[in-house]
Amino acid sequence: MIDKGLPGDAVGPGRPVGRRIVLAMLGLGAAGVAVGPAVRDGVRQALSRVAPAAVPDDRGFRYFSVVGSVPRQDATSYRLTVGGLVDRPATYTLDQLAALPQHTVVHDAVCTDGWQVDDVPFTGVLLRDLLDAARVRDEGAAVRFTCFDGAYSESLTLEQARRADVLVALRMFDEPVPHDSGGPVRLFVAPMYFYKSAKWLSGIEVTSQVQQGYWEDYGYPVDGWLPGEEPVGA
Amino acid sequence: MPERVLRFSPAERAVHRATGLLFLVCLLTAVALYVAPVAQLVGRRLLVETVHEWSGLLLPVPALLGLWSGPFRADLRRLDHFAEHDRRWLASLRSSDAHRGRLAGKFNAGQKVWASWLAGAVLVMLGTGLLLWFRFALDVVPRAGVVLVHDVVAYALVVVVAGHILKAIADPEARRGMRTGAVRRSWAAREHALWLGQSSSPSALQASQAADDAA
Repeated sequence: MIDKGLPGDAVGPGRPVGRRIVLAMLGLGAAGVAVGPAVRDGVRQALSRVAPAAVPDDRGFRYFSVVGSVPRQDATSYRLTVGGLVDRPATYTLDQLAALPQHTVVHDAVCTDGWQVDDVPFTGVLLRDLLDAARVRDEGAAVRFTCFDGAYSESLTLEQARRADVLVALRMFDEPVPHDSGGPVRLFVAPMYFYKSAKWLSGIEVTSQVQQGYWEDYGYPVDGWLPGEEPVGA
Repeated sequence: MPERVLRFSPAERAVHRATGLLFLVCLLTAVALYVAPVAQLVGRRLLVETVHEWSGLLLPVPALLGLWSGPFRADLRRLDHFAEHDRRWLASLRSSDAHRGRLAGKFNAGQKVWASWLAGAVLVMLGTGLLLWFRFALDVVPRAGVVLVHDVVAYALVVVVAGHILKAIADPEARRGMRTGAVRRSWAAREHALWLGQSSSPSALQASQAADDAA
């Protein structure tokens, strides 16, 4: 046995092609990371001109939930409570929320996992209107959100919560927020990663300090600003 | 009883089984994370995500442990090296008379390309997966590109591994080789003519000697 490098196979040592295929895959992967999204968007644009029907219309949302199943709430069963360090705690039905002044915020929904949906219009009540109606006490400094899925929670500082692009959203794409997208009522914190926009919102509680939300207990940043959207000085 | 020859050592079969199992766990958890109807049914994102991350991280480990085994290393070398008959084997894919001149060693050229592509794809999945896993520690990473590559290669893997399984379903003797470690000599002569003819692999040699003694 002379050819130690290739025991068993009959014909010569041959050329090491397999490892080149492995390296080529690694190169393709790196190239895909660098230019893939641009290529995909280009293809999608070209397709939508040539054959619009071939472009998927799923809007790119992916379904994330931290629990096994989420109970469904509708106009009769849904309640939103506002409490904590406030002088006038309140409970709203869906109709009562819809009767308040409505605002629309259009912003990209960006997930930390890398997918995003561009220019999503959300419509609903400004969170600051609900906070003002409840009269936050002086010691109130943060807002904690709880959800009727029974597990999820989120939080904002009071300053963040009072921004004009933070909504208690009832509508998305001018339709009621569907259950799978967190309906009937979800939070939309436009300048932050989408995990800050709690789905299935059921409770707003003013607290004296920020309490970490669900994912933040697992290492997500508490201030989930999107790149370039941090307020100056924050 | 038909004469049988050793094809895969116990270590190689263990590597195959463990890798297949880990791949299945990766695939099922991936479906539960990203295929909307299943995600809506399963939910429990933290648990599913954790299982997916760890099964993905462990996916290359059986093959790495396999490097301790001589027969496994020898087969890796076989898969890496393409000889003249492999080039002809690939060229014959374009010919109308498909089986003419298709000669193969222990692995045919298609199996070599498949295995090399799979190794590269798993490394790409591992790399992009780790970037997604530790995305908050590494916020310079272009996540949109990373998640796109992880998605596209995942779909490609499903197709390619499905092909592997369909090929196995179509050939009971190939399956028996991976299940029991041994195949019929007549099957080996037909499918891998250049393997046993001038074999110097210790395991195959022992097996053929044992068969000769029995005869």
